[in-house]
Amino acid sequence: MTRTLAIAKRILMELMRDKRTLAMMFLAPVLILTLLNYVFTLNTTPSVEIGTVRVEQVVTDSLKDTSHVHTKSYDSEDKAKSALKDKDIDAILTQTGTNQYQIRYGNTDASKTSMARQVINATFSKNKVEAMAKQNVVLATQAGQQPAATSSVSISEKYNYGDKNTTFFDTIMPIFMGFFVFMFVFLISGISLLKERTTGTLSRLLATPVRRSEIVYGYMLSYALVAILQTAVIVSFTITLLHVEVLGSISLLFLINILLAMVALALGLLVSTLAASEFQMIQFIPIVVVPQMIFSGIIPFDSMASWAQAIGDILPMKYAADAMNAVVLQGQGFSTIWGQIVALLIFLVVLTGANIFGLRRYRKV
Amino acid sequence: MEKVISLEKVAKSFGNLKVLKDVDLSLETGEILGLLGPSGAGKSTVINVTLGVEKADAGTAYVFGEAMPKRELLGKIGYMAQSDALYEALTARANLKFFAEMRGIDKKDLDAEIDRVAGVVSLGDFLDQAVSGFSGGMKRRLSLAIALLGDPKLLVLDEPTVGIDPALRRQIWAELHKMKKQGHAILVTTHVMDEAELVDRVALLMGGRVIANDGPKQLEEQYGVPSIEDVFLKAEEETE
Ligand SMILES: Nc1ncnc2c1ncn2[C@@H]1O[C@H](COP(=O)(O)OP(=O)(O)O)[C@@H](O)[C@H]1O
Ligand SMILES: [Mg+2]
Repeated sequence: MTRTLAIAKRILMELMRDKRTLAMMFLAPVLILTLLNYVFTLNTTPSVEIGTVRVEQVVTDSLKDTSHVHTKSYDSEDKAKSALKDKDIDAILTQTGTNQYQIRYGNTDASKTSMARQVINATFSKNKVEAMAKQNVVLATQAGQQPAATSSVSISEKYNYGDKNTTFFDTIMPIFMGFFVFMFVFLISGISLLKERTTGTLSRLLATPVRRSEIVYGYMLSYALVAILQTAVIVSFTITLLHVEVLGSISLLFLINILLAMVALALGLLVSTLAASEFQMIQFIPIVVVPQMIFSGIIPFDSMASWAQAIGDILPMKYAADAMNAVVLQGQGFSTIWGQIVALLIFLVVLTGANIFGLRRYRKV
Repeated sequence: MEKVISLEKVAKSFGNLKVLKDVDLSLETGEILGLLGPSGAGKSTVINVTLGVEKADAGTAYVFGEAMPKRELLGKIGYMAQSDALYEALTARANLKFFAEMRGIDKKDLDAEIDRVAGVVSLGDFLDQAVSGFSGGMKRRLSLAIALLGDPKLLVLDEPTVGIDPALRRQIWAELHKMKKQGHAILVTTHVMDEAELVDRVALLMGGRVIANDGPKQLEEQYGVPSIEDVFLKAEEETE
């Protein structure tokens, strides 16, 4: 126990003297989160330009009334097409006959295409409803009745999470939080053990009566502390300055992040035994770290093939991301996320055991 | 005298490379044994088997009468590795303190012990400087100081004087002789031949075997040459 503490203390002391790594661990996440927040806030309300060719006035007027939509009328389809090519407009709506329309999309930006599609479809159905309503009024008046209030449909909106300003960024925040902790702890702990191996201090350490498990626990203890600090910085930054809402308990958020950091640490230590240099350690990022991101839920799982979903099942980041989403976005408590916690614990126990055993390579007892 | 190290018919290969074929070696209390051999002869491998870091393929290494590998025994051995192996970002004191804790040295003796070993290697004035600013010789001395922590009964030093200037080298050898007189057992590897004149017994490691094992003067007589360097060259000719 004293040895575990001494090792943890030494690792933290070394880290404290490494100002650049410290800056990377604490400032880089803040910087990246700020950038992401900025980028996604800008992008929430894309506007579309729809070119119209020989389209009835009612329809163009109704399109114009829709917010974030601009229309531009062209007298020939060819002119419209060349405008589409030059990306002046995002779609062309051409009337080919009574109630017959053709739409052509530029489709260089999928989000604009889908927005244009929605807007045009909505316009036609709205026109239909209005036409029907007018007819109803006429019929009702003819029958001597009071016309029903047709236009005053009121809809009030409520949000389970956030408000109408909630952006994509807010919903991926929990995943990013975990991802930063994972990536930095994985890399820095892995490189730290690697350095210990290549400089020979590991051999020297193993020439003392220290237990192999004490070394691994020492690493865990120190990086648990680092993860707590990193999570604290990220959480307080995102809540106070980026105004991201956390519905659930913050202590659960810490618990998940610390567990994830421990798993990342164990994975980093294990992977570092396969690397001969710091550069080779960096080469593990595409193999180990990037898949964690892909399968963390940023890309919806429903849209993945079942074999791809199965890959996600063996990655710790997926469990952490699920748990964090549940806590941050849905305000769920421990009773909902205990399954993910258990999954992370299993990862942790297996990887830790593998590390303690793996140190046998460097000392036979 | 008590046997501190005893290697019996030790063999060790790495893949196809038979580094140690059949090594017998012993070290007693109050003795300095110099393990001599060309670079790559397997001196460090002998040490690793002795410490139990590597396990012998055949034969056994005994330390203090117990078969290695045995983790608990490592607390009684002061080991200085061939490479400096220090935490460069930390101060000399932090390095000493850390390894003292690993060796299980009593907390209340810690500060006094750190000052003592730092004095032996003349680093007392530099204890609170970061190791990254140390010269090669200073690092070597700190490395030796770490091995001396806790005044262990057995010292295992892998090429301790490489890169140390002559005055300090003499000082270190004087210290080793003092410790020997106090009853410590010391195993030193070296490929610096004139250092071999300073040990009690020379073990010449060549071709995976110990081919000569006697006092330096006796060896010089035996081979009929004036220095250990000549013994070394002659022995090398004979094995080829
Ligand atoms: N862990 C190891 N794996 C593979 N080969 C090794 C290992 N340790 C030492 N060797 C090889 O064994 C030989 C002897 O090495 P070593 O004991 O370090 O020699 P010395 O200390 O006498 O210079 C060298 O050829 C070295 O490459
Ligand atoms: Mg060597």
